Amino acid sequence: MNYFPDEVLEHIFDFVTSQRDRNSVSQVCKPWYKIESSSRQKVFVGNCYAISPERVIERFPGLKSITLKGKPHFADFNLVPPDWGGFVYPWIEAFARNNMGLEELKLKRMIISDECLELISRSFANFKSLVLVSCEGFSTDGLAAIASNCSFLRELDLQENDVEDHRGHWLSCFPDTCTSLVSLNFACLKGDVNLAALERLVARSPNLRSLRLNHAVPLDILQKILMRAPHLVDLGVGSYVHDPDSETYNKLVTALQKCKSVRSLSGFLEAAPQCLSAFHLICPNLTSLNLSYAPGIHGTELRKLIRHCRKLQRLWILDCIGDEGLEVVASSCKDLQEIRVFPSDPFVGNAAVTEVGLVALSSGCPKLHSILYFCQQMTNAALITVAKNRPNFTRFRLCILDPTKPDAVTNQPLDEGFGAIVHSCKGLRRLSMSGRLTDRVFLYIGMYAEQLEMISIAFAGDTDEGMQYLLNGCKKLRKLEIRDCPLAMQRF
Amino acid sequence: MVYERDLNLEATELRLGLPGTVTEQSSEKQKPNSNATKSNKRSLPDMNGESEVRRENSSVSSNDKKSHSQETAPPIKTQVVGWPPIRSYRKNSLQAKKLEAEAAGLFVKVSMDGAPYLRKIDLKVYKGYPELLEVLEEMFKFKVGEYSEREGYNGSEHVPTYEDKDGDWMLVGDVPWEMFINSCKRLRIMKESEARGLGCAV
Repeated sequence: MNYFPDEVLEHIFDFVTSQRDRNSVSQVCKPWYKIESSSRQKVFVGNCYAISPERVIERFPGLKSITLKGKPHFADFNLVPPDWGGFVYPWIEAFARNNMGLEELKLKRMIISDECLELISRSFANFKSLVLVSCEGFSTDGLAAIASNCSFLRELDLQENDVEDHRGHWLSCFPDTCTSLVSLNFACLKGDVNLAALERLVARSPNLRSLRLNHAVPLDILQKILMRAPHLVDLGVGSYVHDPDSETYNKLVTALQKCKSVRSLSGFLEAAPQCLSAFHLICPNLTSLNLSYAPGIHGTELRKLIRHCRKLQRLWILDCIGDEGLEVVASSCKDLQEIRVFPSDPFVGNAAVTEVGLVALSSGCPKLHSILYFCQQMTNAALITVAKNRPNFTRFRLCILDPTKPDAVTNQPLDEGFGAIVHSCKGLRRLSMSGRLTDRVFLYIGMYAEQLEMISIAFAGDTDEGMQYLLNGCKKLRKLEIRDCPLAMQRF
Repeated sequence: MVYERDLNLEATELRLGLPGTVTEQSSEKQKPNSNATKSNKRSLPDMNGESEVRRENSSVSSNDKKSHSQETAPPIKTQVVGWPPIRSYRKNSLQAKKLEAEAAGLFVKVSMDGAPYLRKIDLKVYKGYPELLEVLEEMFKFKVGEYSEREGYNGSEHVPTYEDKDGDWMLVGDVPWEMFINSCKRLRIMKESEARGLGCAV
């Protein structure tokens, strides 16, 4: 391989896209390291403090796209002090100073200021994509800077960020010459937006394929937007409260009839249950449905909607769907691969979702391999049945709202149940457990969970033997999240 | 077993909770859970709002170190930091919606036979039947009789009734207050002569 000219190697490496594979390639020999590093365009940094921006710039001078993760996962649950860090400014400042041709920036759990957003918008002429997930530290003023200055912006995707809202003028900052938008997601913004500016923006964005609105966009505007963007693939409905007999509703039906490409639906941030039949038109083509921010949708209306979603692959839902609703999912959505059931009342929990729903899903959905399930209770028997039904789980995350609750029927710890899961699901990569658990469950995990890469444990185990079983057994373990477990920490 | 009291290992235990927080984690895991099938459904509150007190008591007892977190339903205001593990954005937005729903009033129309126009009142404002009846009496200038489960409102010209979710006309006062405000669609103050039959015991 050393006899190939560099250009040929570079061309071959172009086909190697995954981060891990490129890392492997770079470790083969020095020449490969050099070529791979100089040609790599997409860089992923899982911990923003693991490496300095200068080092990244030095190694990857051709960098165009970077993903940075800041605070650890536990920060999502208030387990990390607020001043922990995760500031992106040093990175942007370094990139700007070194004239990097940055085009894409994706941040998760980081702090980004308005000044930083302004700097991004002015420093990188080809900047195309900004994706912020669970970030904070900025306001709509920063968004205004991005809108105003990034002439070739394709993607502005804000997911679950804490944004200070200075009211809606940022949308008007997109110049009339900006026609390149492909994806716009501002569902997490709390304030009003300039609706006329939004309509005009959609009208001049022929490539728009993904649009997620916030609660301030009412139904009549949604209808107008859909008429202008019938090629949407991903739609996040904002507010959805109206009188079903109105003219607007009929216009909405007409608009939805034209939207034959919608595959992903979310939002319904304010929804009145009786209005959903218009969406039955697009349900048959949906592969992804996220109603986890729509507590207003439940009961018969929800079940009716789901029955129409025969091609669904991904479902995010609230526990007010109930076991009964999950049984409808199990019988209607045979292509389902991933499901997340979130709690609608974080502290009291809804008695409607139990082990019954989980068993139904495992039995009815043959392709289901990824689950996040917040429930009231669980039993070993149910977990054993689930393990038997569905050995193809790769991600299994179970959260019982009372974190140390034992088997609801036998009062035993849930060791046997989780043991069955790890034994049967040979491809399991991610596991989160809850409920009463002793060292025994770690024995099972250590013995059987050979592919396990990430595990989250809370309030589990008795002694450090549990930790020993885990660390000795799971050779592929990369991420360990542990809180409130009575284990002697000196083992670490 | 794990926590030998004299070494006070608990105090030096490394944990990710914020300083000063108390977790509900029980160190006595060998004690069996006697209440495994405790449901989280709220017990029906009775007319005097006694359940409010009962609910508070159960959350107080679950904070008591002697009882175990697995024996009682999770306290209404959890003391466990970062549990359940949902993103703060999601938690905040759910709580905001909950507060919004609670803040929104429950306005229902009130009509009285013979009165020229109807009134509207916010049921959420009142804590129970006595308060509600007092307000109605004041608004429509009538007096309601003595309420008893067997005989309804005895000894008055007017009887308070309401239309429930199923469209049936019911006597005000029969069901627990919480149940009443969640199912009441409108109120009607009937003449006693018309109301005969509504208050009869089964």
